[in-house]
Amino acid sequence: MVIIGAGECGGRAALALRDLGYDGPVTLVGDEPHLPYERPPLSKEAMASDAPEIKAIASDAVLVERSIRHIHSVQAVAIDRAAHRVRLSDGSVLPYDKLLLATGSTPRKLPMPGLGVRCVYLRTFADALAIRGHLGAGNRIAVIGGGFIGLELAAAARKLCAAVTVIEAQPRILMRGVPAEIAEIIHQAHVAEGVDIVCGQGIASIADDGRQVYLTLAGGREISADLAIIGIGAVPVTGLAAEAGLTIDNGIAVDAELRSSDPDIFAAGDCCSFPLAVYGGRRVRLEAWRNAQEQGALAAKNMLGAGEAHAAVPWFWSDQYGLSLQIAGLSDEGRNTVRRDLGDGAFILFHLAEDGRLVAASGIGPGNAVARDIRLAEMLIGKRAKPAPEALGSQAVKLKSLLAA
Amino acid sequence: MSDWVEACAAGDIDEEDVMRFDHGGRTFAIYRSPDDDYFATDGLCTHEKVHLADGLVMDDIIECPKHNGRFNYKTGAARGAPVCVNLKTYPVKVDAGKVLVQIG
Repeated sequence: MVIIGAGECGGRAALALRDLGYDGPVTLVGDEPHLPYERPPLSKEAMASDAPEIKAIASDAVLVERSIRHIHSVQAVAIDRAAHRVRLSDGSVLPYDKLLLATGSTPRKLPMPGLGVRCVYLRTFADALAIRGHLGAGNRIAVIGGGFIGLELAAAARKLCAAVTVIEAQPRILMRGVPAEIAEIIHQAHVAEGVDIVCGQGIASIADDGRQVYLTLAGGREISADLAIIGIGAVPVTGLAAEAGLTIDNGIAVDAELRSSDPDIFAAGDCCSFPLAVYGGRRVRLEAWRNAQEQGALAAKNMLGAGEAHAAVPWFWSDQYGLSLQIAGLSDEGRNTVRRDLGDGAFILFHLAEDGRLVAASGIGPGNAVARDIRLAEMLIGKRAKPAPEALGSQAVKLKSLLAA
Repeated sequence: MSDWVEACAAGDIDEEDVMRFDHGGRTFAIYRSPDDDYFATDGLCTHEKVHLADGLVMDDIIECPKHNGRFNYKTGAARGAPVCVNLKTYPVKVDAGKVLVQIG
């Protein structure tokens, strides 16, 4: 078994193969120098500590104990499907019976001239450390893109007393996947913490002299910064798969069992698009930690022949300042919304389809105030339940009781 | 052997639910199972130190509110990624309607 990509997904898949009792060789190939590690902390306030450390998914000792061969700092450069071999950038060749591509995603590049060393992206621990070095008091940070990565980094930068401007071309932040009502709360939290948020304006030009970045917005405003962090989405890493002739459709196209167009090659995590059963097989690609973890484990099962279909409901979270957002399901599937207040300003929006089916739930509140109810909502979504809107909206009705119905 | 500490009244926790209990600078989670027994564990998840009392109890399982790490709260056993370190458990008894925990 060979796994290309040693992030959350690949790391979990390797461990899962052993958990499932597979005792043949398992090789995990990663292009970073580190042990497999968790990426979510890279954009969050953990980065504000003096010496951020990697949160490893498995220690060296665990990898040794579980006989997982981890090849690091190396890229897979070609797949010979006929011969069942992968060639690596160090010239070595790995034979495989089953191959898992967990190649992840890479930041979408800002297609503009003028970018230089002070214009950066975040994906890896090395990126995060480089950004961390600029987040000191008095420094000016421009965040291009009001998505989760940008906003979480804005919060981390404020914690370190940097001056932060967030620039979003869309009319509001978090346009993709977050209801306006919740995005507004996050927007206000940033404003209260002193972040300058500019929405509805693209960037007309960028100049980077190696020490500072000079931005001119479409409306004419000029912003200079010590660092521009670009967080405008991610694209799946599919080059290896495409060159091998696998079907690509917004990521490596896989079936419900995460199998690509080659039955011996699987793909999982950010790099793949798959049919989401809970929405009638709608093809989606998810860039989320939980998905990477779950699909890594599912791919491992199916590489061993389990034939199990993906059935999970998408789930996602973000932390900014003291607020935590959690979303289960994809809210764009909904037509109607029911609000449930949980106290302390926390609330959940339930998104219902035309036929009354619960398709998503978006919650925000201090700490983990929404976690339990979002988890219950996730189970209701998975059951394709059609709970009464009055029950969803009433704090007096326990969500758990709806699950039993 | 340390003393038994009163955590809450038995009726303070719903069946199949959990409650946070802080004592002596430490934090614990007190559980009432669906079959009406009481249990206690350390209050923080072994993955990222999140309060488990904000999580969901289903049967014998407490699920961390942040990353869905699962533990059997009766035994403390970690039940799947991302948690791999077991949760410490404490003896519990109910006496005169009070839930008492023996904090080691």
